[in-house]
Amino acid sequence: MKKPVIKVETSVETHPKQSNSRRQFLKMGGLAVAGSSLFLYGCNNDDDNMDPMEPGMVFDLGSGDLGILNYAYALEQLEAAFYTKAIAGSYYAGASAEEQLILKDIYDHEVIHREFFKAAITGAVNGDTTKVLPELEFDFSGVDFGSRDSVLGTAMVLEDTGVGAYNGAGPLLETAAYLTLAGKIVSVEARHAAAIRSIFLPGDTEFAGDDVIDANGLDKSDLPSVVIPAVVATGFVVTEFTANQLPTG
Amino acid sequence: MNIIKFLDEFTSESLTQKVSSRRDVFGTFGSLGKKAALAAVPFGLATGSSKAFAQNGTKAHEDPLNLALTLEYLEAEFYIRALDSGVLPAGRPENVYNQISKHESAHVEFLKTALADAAVSKPTFDFTVGGMFDPFNENGIGQETAYAQLLALAQAFEDTGVRAYKGQAPNLMGTPYLKPALQIHSVEARHASEIRRLRASVLGDVLNDNALGWITLNQRGPGMPEATQAVYDGEENVTQGGVNLVTATGFDATSVSQSFDEPITGDQAVAIASLFIVS
Repeated sequence: MKKPVIKVETSVETHPKQSNSRRQFLKMGGLAVAGSSLFLYGCNNDDDNMDPMEPGMVFDLGSGDLGILNYAYALEQLEAAFYTKAIAGSYYAGASAEEQLILKDIYDHEVIHREFFKAAITGAVNGDTTKVLPELEFDFSGVDFGSRDSVLGTAMVLEDTGVGAYNGAGPLLETAAYLTLAGKIVSVEARHAAAIRSIFLPGDTEFAGDDVIDANGLDKSDLPSVVIPAVVATGFVVTEFTANQLPTG
Repeated sequence: MNIIKFLDEFTSESLTQKVSSRRDVFGTFGSLGKKAALAAVPFGLATGSSKAFAQNGTKAHEDPLNLALTLEYLEAEFYIRALDSGVLPAGRPENVYNQISKHESAHVEFLKTALADAAVSKPTFDFTVGGMFDPFNENGIGQETAYAQLLALAQAFEDTGVRAYKGQAPNLMGTPYLKPALQIHSVEARHASEIRRLRASVLGDVLNDNALGWITLNQRGPGMPEATQAVYDGEENVTQGGVNLVTATGFDATSVSQSFDEPITGDQAVAIASLFIVS
């Protein structure tokens, strides 16, 4: 079993030759592990030996602010891909006009967030696309997109996870401008989370329920070392990547 | 610290600039007329006091947290009085206000603890803004109108809170207070979303693009008093990190503006809060 421990050591950046074939690998790797949701998250040497592919060729999110931006980009890719499926066709059975509007709006927002990160990160690394998280492949076969409970239940987990992830990542950022940008996005994720919870859960107070807001009135704040294993556990992410150099707070 | 002294000291601009920008603010709140000018008295007291905090040996986190505490005092008292007023219908409205009230009161206590001796004391509020509103139906405006005002003010306070915390986050970088400030920030956003949707539901307008859980362009939304427009000015921004996202994504300005909430400065937050502060 892989242990979810962040490996703090250099990865792909010191292996330029291997980087050259990274994109191709990601494509093949995605196919090779499709369905198994293998999502490398740090690994020791033993694990590397078990990997069918050569180690060091999997995309690593990177270090510092770049790593955090790629991390956010991964989460936004996941959300955008999920809502793309959720609004396809005629939504889930019995979706009201209000529910359809909410899901369509959230889809718009998540795709815009995804495209924003792609543009912003590409700009931040001066167009060096080897440092930009590639397009990830997802597997939503575990979600029944015809079922209200399945769609809204998944949406709720994704939105609450996103809020906790941005809140936890904010203090890891070194650049004020990125903190402000993350702040501009996290409050929209929180608006989504409240709306989804409000239409999905039966209680009037669930929009900011006691399961997510503590006794001090504080929302979730989770470090990447907590969020990434939780995302792995959903089984949604097919493409492998590592988070070996992220700031750990 | 006295609230007026704090509000006065909060701005880093010179007093002259402060006066003129204040005039601009009340231009925006123009419909309030003379009553707004009366409510602005606290700002008038600003004249003649000294400027920077740093001179008083204030620590970096204290100004942002005291601004936050001021806003939380405002919200906490508002929700308590709303719940006591008898204006809120039983069921979802009362339950929503109860939950938000619990959080705002917790935020007050959390920030007071964090600031300890440096905490500003609670101001005296006037939620009628000199008689313009009657959200608690104390002057007999009637339950229906009072309820509409309770919803409008709650929306304005929550959307202001989101923008104000966002604006202060960079000032808390490198301090242990950034994390809890962000955790409060997203709670305010959850509140804002729910209040906005509750308002839309009361108005029977849940499919209105301007009455969703998120902010569209700089639209304050149906039924919101013009006096609250300053809360929404600037939210129409579609350029993020130097990238025009309408051009980059092909989505329209409505969707792009909804996708990002914009910060306000400490000055802007103080100007909005001061409308409700008597002393």
